[in-house]
Amino acid sequence: MGGSILGNRVLRKEDPKFLTTGGVYVDDLLDEPALNGALHVTYARSSVAHGLITGIDYSDALLMPGVVAIFSGADLGLQPQPSAYNPMATRTLLAMDKVRYVGEPVVAIVTETREQGEDAAEAVIIDYDVLEAHVDLEKAMASTNLLFDACGSNVVFDSMVLGLPDNTGDAYFEGCEVVVKGRYINQRVAPCPLEVRGAAASWGTDGRLTQWLSTQHAQGAVAPIAAANGVDAAQIHVKTPDVGGGFGAKIGAYPEELLLGVIAKKVGKSVRWRETRSESMVGLGHGRAQLQYVTIGGTRQGKVTHYQLWAIQDSGAWVDMGTILAPFMTRPMSSGVYDIPNIECRTTSVVTNTTPTVAYRGAGRPEATAAIERAMDMFAAEIGMDAAEVRRINLIPKFLTPHTTVVGQTYDVGDYETSLDKALVAADYKGWREKQKARRASGDPKQIGIGVSVYVEITGGVGNGESAKVEIQDNGHALVYTGTSPHGQGHATSWAMLASEQTGIPIEDIELVWGDTDLVPIGTGTMGSRSLQQGGNAVFAVAAELVNKAKSVAARLLEASEEDIVLDKDAASFHVAGTPAVSKSWADLAVAEKAAGGLVHSDVIGVAGATFPFGAHVAIVEVDIETGKVRHIDHTACDDAGTVLNPMLLEGQIHGGVAQGAAQALMEEVRYDDDANPITSNLADYAFISAAELPSVRVVHMETPTPINLIGAKGIGESGTIGSTPALQSAVIDALAHLNVRHIDMPTTAEKVWAAVQSAR
Amino acid sequence: MKVTITVNGKTHESEVEPRTLLVQYVRDTLGLTGTNIGCDTSSCGACSLHLNGESVKSCTLLAAQADGGTVTTIEGLANGDVMHPMQKAFMDNHGLQCGFCTPGMVMAAIGLLNENPNPTEEQVRIGLEGNLCRCTGYHNNVKSVLACANEK
Repeated sequence: MGGSILGNRVLRKEDPKFLTTGGVYVDDLLDEPALNGALHVTYARSSVAHGLITGIDYSDALLMPGVVAIFSGADLGLQPQPSAYNPMATRTLLAMDKVRYVGEPVVAIVTETREQGEDAAEAVIIDYDVLEAHVDLEKAMASTNLLFDACGSNVVFDSMVLGLPDNTGDAYFEGCEVVVKGRYINQRVAPCPLEVRGAAASWGTDGRLTQWLSTQHAQGAVAPIAAANGVDAAQIHVKTPDVGGGFGAKIGAYPEELLLGVIAKKVGKSVRWRETRSESMVGLGHGRAQLQYVTIGGTRQGKVTHYQLWAIQDSGAWVDMGTILAPFMTRPMSSGVYDIPNIECRTTSVVTNTTPTVAYRGAGRPEATAAIERAMDMFAAEIGMDAAEVRRINLIPKFLTPHTTVVGQTYDVGDYETSLDKALVAADYKGWREKQKARRASGDPKQIGIGVSVYVEITGGVGNGESAKVEIQDNGHALVYTGTSPHGQGHATSWAMLASEQTGIPIEDIELVWGDTDLVPIGTGTMGSRSLQQGGNAVFAVAAELVNKAKSVAARLLEASEEDIVLDKDAASFHVAGTPAVSKSWADLAVAEKAAGGLVHSDVIGVAGATFPFGAHVAIVEVDIETGKVRHIDHTACDDAGTVLNPMLLEGQIHGGVAQGAAQALMEEVRYDDDANPITSNLADYAFISAAELPSVRVVHMETPTPINLIGAKGIGESGTIGSTPALQSAVIDALAHLNVRHIDMPTTAEKVWAAVQSAR
Repeated sequence: MKVTITVNGKTHESEVEPRTLLVQYVRDTLGLTGTNIGCDTSSCGACSLHLNGESVKSCTLLAAQADGGTVTTIEGLANGDVMHPMQKAFMDNHGLQCGFCTPGMVMAAIGLLNENPNPTEEQVRIGLEGNLCRCTGYHNNVKSVLACANEK
């Protein structure tokens, strides 16, 4: 009996609901009284990528069945809003003078049913003077045809404005025995949570606006919603129903969501909005979208001495979060796991006539890792050394006190070589090299490719702590309030484990409250793999404090001194040391404290900084050199996220991360034609990865705890993606190494692989 | 138009627009929101349910096509508090995360085992190709289905 619940494979408390009745997502709020009879909002969107709006005519649409009202930006009196990241860039929440990407919302239609809204949107006529559209980043940089005239350029952010120096070009590599250059496209991908965006808004008789939102951060939506509605933040109540995935793209609130309160007020009724998938593919932010110029230099013996990266970030048609990922996430991680004495890294963010970019699983770190890992491979190929060996030579040696790289980023703890060794052994790296040799010798059209990556990333870089509250109810059950916002991560179970560990209350009797800004006013949400190390950590600390509080209540009831009170966690009750027969349960204490405001403790618990999980992945592919078809046949992931709370949930995060990494490396790409028309704007055209394209994943455990928080945990939400992507890309290229292929851009589709083989021949 | 459809053991007579999809009928007319809509091209499978015992994507069918038929949705699987073996397998093997694809995935998985009670891993992967999941990487979806098959 007894023993810690932490570290165990505890099944999820939230699952029975999802499995028997399904979750209650925003579109499922049928029983919500405030949304009874709510009208539906549909947005008519721009069909051109870049153009001046010369006319909006919705007179025919107004006559269509079920149409209650139609609003243009002018009808709503919308004013230009500056971007948080470059205030010279401004836009209105509905495009008024100018449209900048296909899918940009222009007109809001309010109807009785959703289908009526879709019909009416077809009848809205928007006239444009079409402008030249930018899809190509480098052309956009050089052009005087601007998306935002006030910016004076399509370059909307550059690391040089932070006082960081420009790269010095080829001169940097004078004296290097070996210099290799690359131009890598880290292509644009679509986050594709299975649940698209959706929201609802209702004004109460008290003058407050309640907004339901499919979001990763309800508290963060309060200020923009208040601003959009011209009311004080205290008038806004955001509620988060179940959320069907986010992957970073649901961190910020979007124009379609911010306008619902305004529209509800205009029509005097509650409103709902849910986009279609085809809208989501152009309306929900995209991820990655970096062009990278890379040069790597070093010795013939394999020591890398110089590395230079120019990351050109595609911001899309708005200066959103994607703009700042290159300077603040890619650049700090440009050294990767390697001890490279000389690094230059400049980042330049550019607007184009495409969907705005935002955070997507990894958000700037996969790009950094892909660049350095690809460069390492090309360097290895150039000197004829094994890719794993080149890495080993250059790894930062194991460190358990902070290590600062030459770009100025301090990592908490790291043991990269051990993770590499573990992954190589578990994957049978040597065995696969033998098989590869045999296949090459046999001339089999199906060749084996082996890819290795070693990575380090930043997690918990967002926020410097989190709120938590633990409240004991009269029946002795606990309510745990958290500022994180689970949408698949399993916080209801994990946070219950942490609270149970401190209080002894069984996890069945612990319920989690989140995403409701009246109940949890302080919160930084779930993003950047921060939740356990900040939110879970806060629950752990606050629950411990609550136990101390409870001991003082028990001391009073048992007429003993507080120091003599012990908590028997197996019984979830308090007694005087040595006399367990007389005890007080959590329920007894909660009832006793009722008059004094209840048995409850809340606090915001800080952490000392970000953490830097690391690991190594080995990917095996089979490439048919006659057709170019790639099959991902084996995958090993060794991800060190520090102390593990629930290995089952950790593995789930790795599995999902690997799939999204493989998706980018092998298949997925958001594409536009030359006029910036999207050509992958539904799930039939976009190559969303399926079960048939993936192998099962071999997870190798490794735990190097961080000193940054009480639990010792680092983030795991994004590691799988960061480690797997370069390993997969490398594996495909490795399969063709004997044909002298050195690089293929992602996604390594059959077409590109076949073309690479042909041009190498 | 009027349709008569038996859903989860209960027969409903409803007036629907001719263009009403089966998934809209189940969600909007009957209020059974466990079945989800994840796309508009019949690609994702979030709307999978059983029509006359077979797993179908309910966005590819009109409610009118199910007239006189029998439908089972995720809400109709469990026997009171006792989960269907496939539901339990998903629970035991962490076969779900955000839960949005889950009802469709479970219904498709049951359909798969009805057709092939002892599939290989590869057969499960190919069988689930039409059901997209963004969270689990399919690893534990596949594991759940294989575990359920082995239970039988």
